[in-house]
Amino acid sequence: MGVIASLPDAIAELVRDGATVALEGFTHLIPVAAGHEIIRQGRRDLTLVRMTPDVVYDQMIGAGCARKLVFSWAGNPGVGSLHRFRDAVQRGWPAPLEIEEHSHAGMANRYVAGATGLPFAVLRGYVGTDLPAQTATIKPITCPFTGEVLTAVPALNPDVGIVHAQRADRAGNVQMWGITGVHKEVVLASRRSLVTVEEIVDELDPRPGAVILPTWAVSYVAEVPGGAHPSYAMGYSERDNEYYQAWDAISRDRETFTAWLKEHVLDRVRVT
Amino acid sequence: MSWSADEMMTVAAARALRDGDRCFVGIGRPSTAANLARRTHAPNLVLIYESGTIGAKPATLPLSIGDGVLAETADAVVSVPEIFNYWLQPGRVDVGFLGAAQIDRYGNINTTVIGEDYRDPRVRLPGAGGAPEIAASCREVIVIVKHSPRTFVERVDFVTSVGYGGGPGDRGKLGLTGRGPVLVITDLGVLEPDPRTAELTLTQVHPGVEPAHAVEATGWPLAVAPSLRVTPDPSAAELSALRLLERQD
Repeated sequence: MGVIASLPDAIAELVRDGATVALEGFTHLIPVAAGHEIIRQGRRDLTLVRMTPDVVYDQMIGAGCARKLVFSWAGNPGVGSLHRFRDAVQRGWPAPLEIEEHSHAGMANRYVAGATGLPFAVLRGYVGTDLPAQTATIKPITCPFTGEVLTAVPALNPDVGIVHAQRADRAGNVQMWGITGVHKEVVLASRRSLVTVEEIVDELDPRPGAVILPTWAVSYVAEVPGGAHPSYAMGYSERDNEYYQAWDAISRDRETFTAWLKEHVLDRVRVT
Repeated sequence: MSWSADEMMTVAAARALRDGDRCFVGIGRPSTAANLARRTHAPNLVLIYESGTIGAKPATLPLSIGDGVLAETADAVVSVPEIFNYWLQPGRVDVGFLGAAQIDRYGNINTTVIGEDYRDPRVRLPGAGGAPEIAASCREVIVIVKHSPRTFVERVDFVTSVGYGGGPGDRGKLGLTGRGPVLVITDLGVLEPDPRTAELTLTQVHPGVEPAHAVEATGWPLAVAPSLRVTPDPSAAELSALRLLERQD
């Protein structure tokens, strides 16, 4: 059931050291506040899963939460590189980061397999690229009907899936709209889940095309207004583009980053 | 009106898109060029972003693929699995529009790592994103990238997205359904695959660019087409539309 909880309580309950955790959001509705809470709670050895690891994953990697990253595109969207991610991959700081690398189509299909309860998904992808040689979770498979050789990728079933959405009601039913990426798939694929929302309302207004996750499909719901900042939350807030641009300079240097992390994450307690 | 090499590159890329094309667009220069095309000669260009927006008609350039302006103006907003599985994979998209960190003589693209050792890279790049399947499944691919010997290399360090593999016929052997990269548009000119060898060849230079300059900026002995063309100057209408777009960015 989508139990209404505070963000610190939900994270403490769900995210344990060594867990496989997916925070999703395709540059819209990114659960940034939840990522910061994981950093504050000092979680370690996490396998972090995300199609588009961006600024919040750069922060989590730099803070030392991650042992492994499963991903398909790691960058600061519209700005450039992720310097904490690069430092971890190229120089092992603050800890070596194992990577399991896919394409977007591969990751999306891994979530679909996870959500559908199947062991793998099939796609016509990766052929001719150097990715299969580096990633053990990309394998050829022969179609039993036509003999065509296709690509199989195993289901992703994270221990915890976390997304941000616009609204929930008091029973824990979640409503989201706009670019919803793989939100539905990651929540359904994960063993347990947390949805942070802009607001909890008495009743959800019908919105054509909106994605609804019924309360029984979600573990926890936490009201975290602005919880997607600096990313977009359609209908609530625009992208804080200056933050993304500023991140490039902050993240280039280990000391500047460490000072930023202390001031903006570790010493800042959310009162929600 | 005078213009910069970057502006010439963007205008040339915009001109390569045909009205009515369904175009899979990445953020950055491809998005700028595609939006310019929609404002000039190709008002019915269908812009598809991998975040799941189909037929987006943004009034300003999106800051990222998650920009609400794409969702609000799109014909449809679908999930990410749907955009890849229903729309891209079966070949419903005419043009894939890609950038590159490295590109080689057969149009193979690297956006993964610089250096020979994947596990110990000299530079870790963002990775594949949607590019491998865009390069495989769109009917054709246009690449837009600045011309330098660091970018135009004999062999890419890592094949993120396949162009013509090791030469003619490789795409067919691999079972890739699209034609591959038909145009590589740079700040110096335009490269096209030779129909016999599949090797990228300089077929066009932008106004004021010496072919020798493009050859020097290429990390392999670049073939120059005998019938080398010169790109027509950007028109005042193209330049003002582009500057208006970029000012809003």
